[in-house]
Amino acid sequence: MRGREWARPVRPVRREVLSATPELEEGRPPLLFVPGFGHGAWAFAEHWLGHAASRGFGAYALSLRGHGGSGPAPDATLRAYAHDVVQVAASLPRQAVLVGHGAGALVVAHALARYPARAAVLVAPVLGGWGTLGAALRGNPLGTLPALVGGPLRLTRRQLFSRELPEEQARAYVSRLGRAGRRAQWQLLTGRAPEPPVGDPPVLVLGSPDDRVVPAATLTRAARRFGSAPLLFPGMGHDLMLDARWSEPVDAILDWLQKEPTPSA
Amino acid sequence: MSTSTDHGRPDPDAGTLALTHDGRPVADRGDTVCVIGAGASGLTAVKNLKEHGFGVDCYERETGVGGAWNWRHDRSPVYGSTHLISSRPFTQFPDFPMPDDWPDYPHHSQLLAYFERYADHFDLRSHIWFGTEVVRVEPVAGDRWDVTTRSTGGYGPERTSRYAAVVVANGHNWSPKLPRYEGLEEFRGEIMHASSYKDPAQLRGKRVLVVGAGNTGCDIAVEAAQQASRCWHSTRRGYWYAPKYVLGRPADQVNDALLALRVPLRVRQWLYHWTLRLTVGDLTRFGLPKPDHRVYETHPIANSQLVYYVGHGEITPVPDVTRFHPYGVELSDGRQIDPELVVFATGYLPRFEFLDPKIIGDDEGAGRPRLWLNAFTPGHPTLAVAGLVQPDSGIFTLSHWQTVLFARLLRLRRTRPDRAAAFAGKVEAHAGERYSGQVKDSSRHWFEVGHADYLRAVQRALHDLEGNR
Ligand SMILES: Cc1cc2nc3c(=O)[nH]c(=O)nc-3n(C[C@H](O)[C@H](O)[C@H](O)COP(=O)(O)OP(=O)(O)OC[C@H]3O[C@@H](n4cnc5c(N)ncnc54)[C@H](O)[C@@H]3O)c2cc1C
Ligand SMILES: NC(=O)c1ccc[n+]([C@@H]2O[C@H](COP(=O)([O-])OP(=O)(O)OC[C@H]3O[C@@H](n4cnc5c(N)ncnc54)[C@H](OP(=O)(O)O)[C@@H]3O)[C@@H](O)[C@H]2O)c1
Repeated sequence: MRGREWARPVRPVRREVLSATPELEEGRPPLLFVPGFGHGAWAFAEHWLGHAASRGFGAYALSLRGHGGSGPAPDATLRAYAHDVVQVAASLPRQAVLVGHGAGALVVAHALARYPARAAVLVAPVLGGWGTLGAALRGNPLGTLPALVGGPLRLTRRQLFSRELPEEQARAYVSRLGRAGRRAQWQLLTGRAPEPPVGDPPVLVLGSPDDRVVPAATLTRAARRFGSAPLLFPGMGHDLMLDARWSEPVDAILDWLQKEPTPSA
Repeated sequence: MSTSTDHGRPDPDAGTLALTHDGRPVADRGDTVCVIGAGASGLTAVKNLKEHGFGVDCYERETGVGGAWNWRHDRSPVYGSTHLISSRPFTQFPDFPMPDDWPDYPHHSQLLAYFERYADHFDLRSHIWFGTEVVRVEPVAGDRWDVTTRSTGGYGPERTSRYAAVVVANGHNWSPKLPRYEGLEEFRGEIMHASSYKDPAQLRGKRVLVVGAGNTGCDIAVEAAQQASRCWHSTRRGYWYAPKYVLGRPADQVNDALLALRVPLRVRQWLYHWTLRLTVGDLTRFGLPKPDHRVYETHPIANSQLVYYVGHGEITPVPDVTRFHPYGVELSDGRQIDPELVVFATGYLPRFEFLDPKIIGDDEGAGRPRLWLNAFTPGHPTLAVAGLVQPDSGIFTLSHWQTVLFARLLRLRRTRPDRAAAFAGKVEAHAGERYSGQVKDSSRHWFEVGHADYLRAVQRALHDLEGNR
C-alpha cells in the first residue's frame, strides 16, 4: 500500500536516453545503464553502449533528472531518481536488465522494488549509509566536505580512473561531471534501505579492489546481500566504464547474462 | 506479436492421459495454471504466475488483449469519450507505471496501448489462446481442474485440458443489467443499454432519457446535454457528484493524502461535504434529489461536468421511471415525458456460466459468489477469481496483488503445505468478508471495496502466508 506515493506523484521531467541497438534482433533482454551521481548517460555512451550492442544486446543509458541532458531538478530525491529509472525501463520493448553504477546502483536497488527487472548488475555500488561517507572522506576530504553542507560532491581524477588512462582524457571526463540534488545526496547517507526487489531477479555485483570511492569490503558486503561474491577487476578506478580497460567488466556482465537466462523461480 | 508460436500451449494429441468423467479425452497439462480472460486482470495473472515460475495457458474469447478497454471487442463497454475515473497513480499496475507525461485521466485508447505494451514487455502473448472461449470448468480429484474450450462463436470441436489451478479473470462489466418495466415492449421509441453506446452522434438532435447515475450514466447525460435536443436524467436516489479535481489536484490523490494521515471516515466525509458546499453548493435547488446517504456510501461518481450542465439547464433531473407507454415514459412523481431514445446506464452483472455456481458459493446463481478477499473460494484451494472488485480507485493494482498472493499460495502448496493449509482455513472462516465502509444495498455494490482497506487485508494475507508476522 503506497497511498502516500499515490497521493503525490513524482513530477514528470524531460529525460535524456541514449541508446545503441544491435543490427540483428536476437531476443536478448535490453540493458538499461544508470549512471551514478554527477555522471550522465554520456558516461556509458563512450564505450559500453556500443559494445553491448555489438554483442547483440539492445543498450540504453539514461541521465537522472538534473544530470546530463535531462531536465533540471535541483530538489530531486532518491525517489524521483528511482522513478526516472522505472519510467525508462517500462518504456523499453521488453523486460530489461538494470545496470547501476556508483550511487546509480542504489537508485537501481530502489527501482528493483518497483519494477520486476530481468536481472540487475551493480557496478562499484555506493549503497549509502554513513560508511559511504567515511570512505569518501578518507579518499578525498576536500571534495567531500562541501557535500555535507549541501554543496556539490567533487570527485577527483585519481578516485575515478587508474593511471593507465591518459591524463588528458581523464581531465576531460572529470570536467563533464555535474552534481546530484542536495536532498538526494543527504538521502544517500540517511535514507531508508531499499525494499526487497520484486520478481526475484538475479543480481551481479562487480567492481575494483583498487577503487578509491568504494572499498573492497563494501563490494563484498553488497554482493553478500544478494547471495553472491563480487567479480573483481584489479587495477581499475571507480569509473569502470570509462577507464582504460573498460571492455573487461562489460564483457563479464554480458557473459553472465548469457549464462543466467531467466530469473530464479 | 507472436501469436503463432506453439510454445507452452496444450497439444491435444500429445499427453492425452486421462478421460473426463463422461469419457472424453483430456490433455494433461501437469503443473500448468489456466487463466480465463486476457483483460487487465488476466494479463497480470499471467505475468505474476510466470514470474513465480509457473507454466500458464490463458484463454481469451476475443482476438486481442485489454478486455473492456479494447473498444474493438463486441462486448467492450467503453464509449468514444471514456476517460479514466481514477487518476493515473491509482490505476496503473504497481510495477509497470504508465508514462508520467500522460494526462491525469488518460483516454481509453491510451489504456489499451498500455495493456498491449504490458503484454509485450513481459512476453505474455505467447501464453494466450485468442478466439478461444472457456465453456466449462470442472473440479477433478487432487484439487485439479478440467477446462473445456472451443472456438468463440461455438463452431469447432470442444477440447478439454487438465490444469493444476485456475484463475478466473472474466471481468464483470460486460453483461448488461436491464431492469424490467411495465409497458416497455409497447414503447415506440428507441431503447439501448449503455454498453451499445459508442458515439455522441447516436444522440444528436434527439430527445434523450438517460437512466442511472453511475459513471456511465453521468458521462452519457453530459454528452446528451451537448448533443441532444433535450436530456432528461433519471435517478432513483440522490448522489454526491464529485469533481475530478479538488484543491488543485486529482480528487482521489487528495483523498489518499488524507488516508495516509489516517484521517477518520467521519472527518473525511465532513471535509468532503464542506468542499462541495464551497464549490457547487446545495444541488436540490436544481431539482436534484438530496442524497439518501453520506459520501463514500455509494460507488464514487467522478464527473465535473454533470452539475455544470444541470446548472445550465441542459440536463433536466427526473426521478425513477415507473412505466412506459407507446409514446411516453411515466415517472414516479406522476409526470410524463416523451423521449425518442432511452439509454439504460443501469450497470452490469457478473456472469460465470462456465462454473457450477455452487463451487464459488453463489448458490442462487445470481452471479454473486461468496469469497474471501473477493478472490478465494472455500473448499477449492486451487481456484481464484481476479478482478471481482469495485474499488474506489483503479482495479488493476488490486488484481495485481490478488494474483501475486495466489501465485505465492500455489508455490507454498509444494514447499510449505502447512502454511497453505492455514491459508485455506482462513478462506473457510472469512469468506464473505467486506472491505468497505457501509454502502447502499444495490447489485452495483456487491463487490465494492475501499482500496486502502482492501490492500491492507491482502498485504496481511501475504505476510501471514510468508510467515513474516
Ligand atoms: C465505461 C467503463 C469505464 C471504466 N473505468 C474504469 C476506471 O477508470 N478505472 C478502473 O479501474 N476501472 C474502470 N472500469 C472497470 C473495468 O471493468 C476495469 O477497468 C477492467 O476492465 C477490469 O478488467 P478485467 O480484466 O477484470 O475484466 P475485463 O476487462 O472485462 O476482461 C475480461 C476478459 O475475459 C474475457 N472472457 C470473459 N469470459 C470468457 C470466457 N468464458 N472464455 C474466454 N475469455 C473470456 C473477455 O473477453 C475479456 O477480454 C470501467 C468500466 C467501464 C464499463
Ligand atoms: N472511467 C470512467 O469514466 C467510467 C465510466 C463509466 C463507468 N465506469 C465504471 O464502470 C463500472 C460500471 O459503471 P456503470 O455506471 O455502468 O454502472 P453502475 O455503477 O452499476 O451504475 C448503475 C446506475 O444505474 C442505477 N440502476 C441500477 N439498476 C436500476 C434499476 N433497476 N432502476 C433504476 N436505476 C437503476 C443505479 O442506481 P443505484 O445507485 O440506486 O443502484 C446506478 O445509478 C463502475 O465501476 C464505474 O466506476 C467508469
